[in-house]
Formats: sequence, C-alpha cells, structure tokens
Amino acid sequence: MIERLLARLPRGARAVAVGGIVAGLAAFWVALPPLHLRTPIPSILIGLAALALGGYAISRGVKRLGWGAVVAGVAGIGLGYLATRSSVDHLDQVVVWSALFAAMLRYATPLAFAAMGGIFSERSGVTNIGLEGMMLSGAFFGIFAADKLSSWPLGLAAAALSGALFALVHAFFAIHLRADQIVGGFAINFLALGVTGYLFIDTYAGEGTPPDVPEIPDVHLSFLEGWYFVGPILGQLNLMIWLAFATVLLSWLVLFKTPIGLRLRAVGEHPRAADTVGISVYRTRYAAVVLSGALAALGGAYLSIGFVNSFNQNMTAGRGFIALAVVICGNWRPFQAAAFALLFGFSSALAQRLPAYSESAAVLFQALPYVLTLIAVAGVIGRSIPPAAVGRPYKKQ
Amino acid sequence: MTETPPEGGGKVENPRQGGDYAPSVAARVAVWHKAGGIAVPLLTTLLAFFIGGLVVLATTGKNPLTTYKAIFEGSGLNWFLEVGSYEIGIPWTESRVWFPWDTSFNSFAALNLQQTLIVYVSLVLTGLAVAFAFRCGMFNIGGQGQYLVGAIVAVWIGSELPGLPGLLHILVAIVAGALSGAVFAGIAGFLKATVGAHEVISTIMLNYVALWVGVFLFGLGGPLQNDNVGGESVPVSNDVLEESKLNVFWGDPLLQGLHVGFFVALAALVVYWITLNRTTLGYEVRAVGFNPEAARYGGISVARNYVLAMAISGTFAGLAGTLDILGWQFRLNTNDIFISSIGFVGIAVALLGRNTAIGVALSGLLFAALLVGTSTRNLDPEIFRPELASNLTLLIQGLVVLFVGADVLILYLFGIRRRARQRQART
Repeated sequence: MIERLLARLPRGARAVAVGGIVAGLAAFWVALPPLHLRTPIPSILIGLAALALGGYAISRGVKRLGWGAVVAGVAGIGLGYLATRSSVDHLDQVVVWSALFAAMLRYATPLAFAAMGGIFSERSGVTNIGLEGMMLSGAFFGIFAADKLSSWPLGLAAAALSGALFALVHAFFAIHLRADQIVGGFAINFLALGVTGYLFIDTYAGEGTPPDVPEIPDVHLSFLEGWYFVGPILGQLNLMIWLAFATVLLSWLVLFKTPIGLRLRAVGEHPRAADTVGISVYRTRYAAVVLSGALAALGGAYLSIGFVNSFNQNMTAGRGFIALAVVICGNWRPFQAAAFALLFGFSSALAQRLPAYSESAAVLFQALPYVLTLIAVAGVIGRSIPPAAVGRPYKKQ
Repeated sequence: MTETPPEGGGKVENPRQGGDYAPSVAARVAVWHKAGGIAVPLLTTLLAFFIGGLVVLATTGKNPLTTYKAIFEGSGLNWFLEVGSYEIGIPWTESRVWFPWDTSFNSFAALNLQQTLIVYVSLVLTGLAVAFAFRCGMFNIGGQGQYLVGAIVAVWIGSELPGLPGLLHILVAIVAGALSGAVFAGIAGFLKATVGAHEVISTIMLNYVALWVGVFLFGLGGPLQNDNVGGESVPVSNDVLEESKLNVFWGDPLLQGLHVGFFVALAALVVYWITLNRTTLGYEVRAVGFNPEAARYGGISVARNYVLAMAISGTFAGLAGTLDILGWQFRLNTNDIFISSIGFVGIAVALLGRNTAIGVALSGLLFAALLVGTSTRNLDPEIFRPELASNLTLLIQGLVVLFVGADVLILYLFGIRRRARQRQART
C-alpha cells in the first residue's frame, strides 16, 4: 500500500518543480507570523531559489508545473516584500493560521457537499445548474424541520429530502422530457428561491427564525487540545465538517472503485454504449441527480443549522454556483474538487479578515473563485474536460 | 426578365390524393412548432398562474383571484380599462387633444403603470440580451453581469465630466454603458470561440465578477464611493449629475415618472427584429444557431459570430443598466447590486417570448406587471402581503421557465392523444 503511494509521488524534474512551488510559498511564509522576519532578504533568496527550480524543470520539459513554480516564486517575493512593509500588529491580526484554517474548513464544507453532488450528477451526464436552488431548499427545510420537530437529525433528513425532491423535478424534465438541462436547472433555482422565500415569510412572518433552533453539534476532541497548531483547528469542528471529509472519500470510492461508479461514468461518457451492455441509462441518471440534490441540500443545511443558525431569504447567495465552479476546476474528480473547495474556502476566510488592511480590497477577494474558474475554463491552468455526454439528453431506441 | 411563379403561389398538391392529403411528418412538426409558438407560452403561463393560485389558496386560504386582481391593479394595467374622455398635450406645442385614458396626476393607475413601464424598459432589454444569444445557439446567463457593468459605467460617467452639455453627456454615458456591456459579454463569446469554454459557465462567473467589482467600487473606502460630506459610512455611489438624467415624459419626475428610455427599449425591439431577419449578420447568427457545423460548411465563420452575438447581447443588457441609472435610479448602492435580479428575469422573458421580438415585448410586459404589482409600494397589504407576493412572483417565474423548457412535454401530450385515438380506431 505504502509502496504504491510512494510510486505515485512525483520524480525527477517534476519533483524539482513541486519543490519550486513549495519554495515560492515558503518565500511568502517566512515574512508572516509566527516567524515574521522584518527584512525582505530571506523572501527574495528563497523566491529566487523557486525561480531557479522552476527554470530547471521547464528546461527538462515539465512545462506546467515549472511555470507554476516560477509564478509561485515571483508571487512569494512580491507578497513577502509587502508583508515586511506592513505593521506587525496588522499581520498578527490577519494571519492567525489556526483560525484561518478553521474558518477555511467552515466555508469549504457547504461547497464540498454541493460539489460532490454536482460531480455525481454531471458524471452521469446531467448538467446541474440547480445546485444553488437545491442548496437553498436544504438550508430552509433543514432549519424549518429542526425547529418544528425540535431535532437536528430530522432537520438534516428533511433537508436532504427537499433537495432530492427538487432534483427529482429537474431529473424528470431533463431525462424523460428531454428539456434543456440548463433551462431546467435555472428554473429550479427560481423555484427554490420562491418556495423557500414564500414559506419563510409565511411561517416566520419576517421576524426571522427563532434563536433556539436545535443545531448540529460540534465534535470535541479533547485529546487534541494540547497539540500545537492542529489542536485549535481540529479540536472543535462541526459534525458536518467531518461528514464532508467522509463524503469526499466515499464519493471517490463509489465513483472510481465500485461497479456502480463505473456504470455511472459510462452513462455520462457514452450512454448508447452503456445501454447496449444492459445498464439502464434513465435509472442511473435519476439516481445520480437525486443524490446530487440530497448532497447539495445537506451543504445548505449545514449553512443554516450548523454554521450561522438562522435562515434568510436567498441565504446561499451564489454558493451553489461556486460549487459548480469547484466541480469544473476540480475536473469532475472528488479529491481535486475538495482541494478547490478548500482553496475557495480559504479565500473566503481571508476576505473575512483582510478588512484590517483595507475594507474595499478585501471585497475583491470574494471574486477570486470566479476569476480562477474563468481562467480554468479558458484552459490556462490545465484543461478541464467535462464528461463527454454531459448536458445531452438520451433517447432510448 | 422575371419568371412567373407557378400557379397557387408555388404550393404543389399531392397528385395521388388530390387536395385532401395527409401532411408529411415534417409538415406536422412544423405545425406543432407554429402552434407551440403561441399555444405553449400561453398554456405555460396559465399553468404557472394556476399552480401559483393553488399555493395562495393552500397557504393563506385567500381567494387567488382576489390576489391576482390586486396584483393586476398594483401593476397599473387597469389604466387601460378605465376608458373615458380625457385630454393629452402634444409634445413641443401648447395644444391639447382628446384622449381615451386619464393622463392627469390624480390617476393612481397611471402612477402604477409608469412604474411597470420603467421595469418594462429593463426587462425588454435584458430579455433581448438573452434572446439574441439564444438565436446564435448560446445561453447567455450573464445578462445580470452585463446589466451591472452597464449600470456601473453609467454611474461613473453620469456623475463625472461636469460641464459637458446635457444631451452629449447622456449620449456619452449611454454609448459607454452599452459598449462596456458588449465588451463584458464579449469575453464569454471570445472564450467560447477560441478555447471552447462553455458560455453558461463563463457568464455565471462573469456575473459574480461584476457583482463584486461593483461592491468594491461603491463599498466603504471604494474608489467610486460617494464624496458627500459625512457620507463615508454609506456604501453608495455619487448621484449622476442633473444634466445627465433622462427626461421624464409621463408623470412627475419627483415621483419616478416614465423616462424617455422607454422609446429606446421599443426601438431596441425593432432593431432586434431587423438585425435578425433582414441583415446578413442576422442570417449568419441564425445559421450558426441552427447548426454550427452546417454553417461552417457553408462558409460562415462560427467563431466570429459567437463573439459578435455575445457582444450584441451584452449591448442590450448594458443599455438596460445604463437607462435604469440615468432614468430613475441615479445612483447605485451595494445593496442594490446584491439584490438586483433584472438580468435573471430577462432569461424568463426571453424563454417565454420564444426569443422573438414580439414575444419579448409581450412577456416583458407580463413580468414587469408581476414584479411591480407585487412590490411593497404597489400591492395592497390588506389583500395580500407584498413580501409573500414577491416570492409568489419568483415561484411563477420558476414554473414558467420550467414548463417553457419542455416543449417535448407538449409533443408528448399530443402523442398520448394521438395514440389513444389510434387505439380507439383499432378497436
């Protein structure tokens, strides 16, 4: 097992390039807490090393990673220099690593849930623009059921059910009626916005959800308390964050290590061929879309009863679309997608803390996921290749 | 020398069956499409309103018809029903002539209708923005972003450049706003044409880029935040200058009367129809929309048409943002940017209007009436709570989009009826 993992590590020029990227990050890191060196010279030296490593890798034909190292080196020098110019107070206020990482996990969790849902749906060949709406319905019905039935597990169940129902509508129009999947998904977003808003006003009369709704509990790991750095991050995380890790792992196992996953991917790549060998295209797609709705809704429920403990109209505010971005940037693969969920979560966490420097500039950080996705679909960093049959309705013969 | 067309306008009758022959499959499909062109949107709307009515009945126990009537009156469309004998002034003259409807300031319906038509302006334009891209085979979800970019540029130009003569200032702002929308949408078209990036993904992402850039510009400490004394804590732009505001031709300028941008929207409908149906560009755009491969084979540059179609789409949406700013909003605050969803409603307008000029003109009116009729300002809270009603609007919009997307549903129902008839005939 360990040997197999070791065999997958980069070698030769690739390893050099990865080393260059790490060096580039380190160039920035030395200027930040807890080290915060006050002169830019170490940053510049380490950054130059990153440039050299990157240049070597490029000369050996490892283009993409090599250029990554060069970019990391340049960015490391620049950011490291800026950090040495800013006051230590500000730095200490913004860069609290453990708090940043904990916040990153909190922001990444809803994205990860919805993105896994998106991967299932799109891998089976059904585009799911409706992730946003399914998430929103999960957020509302999660808190609604948790409040009315005074139980958070029932809240989660109701959330998953509501997301699955919206997904079922989407699936019926996309699969049986062969409607345009983007139009259908878009309609789901409108519908979910209307339904949740309507019921929210109707039940809570504009006064907001009550403050004593049962919440999804945190998991206290007391044995981690004394551990440096890891303790404050992992010691007290919401249950849903751990479930998100599990979901990512399970998604990968199901999609790439089981016959079910193979069938699902076959349906998304070449439905006719899958049909020929006896896989029911319709049934597979229905299952995948309904599952995607349930997962997205769980992400939404985490928002309402795990994270902020209240609901507001349109509270997902585009997170479903970021999840879509995560799916695309992550190349329709669970682990890569999870990495992007973490990256986008980190940018949100940073945006929350940057106002110490400049309130307006922090706002621009919120646009980062979208810009990165644009760059990704433009094919600048790696080519994102969707499943071959995604978005195309299948007609049985 | 002109050839005389064959008798009967070129129609060839089936020689085997004389005049009474069964239409071919293609002809039948064409009839369905034609019938679907009118019937499907109408049925869709009725069905959506019916379901919306059921929701009203089930949740509040109120009569849905009373609610819909209140919404109708809130939209001011009842103005057309109150026919009487009134007078209207002729522009640029002192004379007044007879007019069937009340244009005086004391007509409530007229006040409401002005609001509806103000929203109508932006809905028609964002609807056209979606429709034009559709005709080229692209789904432009980015109407919202293009609208915002147009609005941002209009605020910037409208509030700067003091001393420029009024009309010129307005023209500069409008051209700049529309162009910025074109460029912004052009990015998505360019990405599709060059690297094949799906326009849905790129326009969604561009929407949020526009949103956050707007929030950055007008937010606290942002570069375009207002420079009023004591206004540092208000995240709002400067007001546009007095001379760059559009003329109000109906109603009181202080009470948000109808601005002349209304005629721009009407002109845009005509321009849309002419461009699509009477120009080479429109022919190429439609050819690419029908079948890009065939168009390419026929010598049409598909890539060029993708970029152009998106840019023209963006022009319409950017124009919508510009006219809203110069016509009645006069400023942008960050909350408006978050809440605004005109560009998204434009998608529903285009879909329901079947991407035709006349369809957009009609469905735009429907959605404008719904939006305004359910607003807090216009809906009678005694009859139905506006907060609820605005969500009802969203619900109806969603249903409309859902059903319109499923033409197959209609064909399917046709099929069931035909099969049932055949079964009957057999037994």
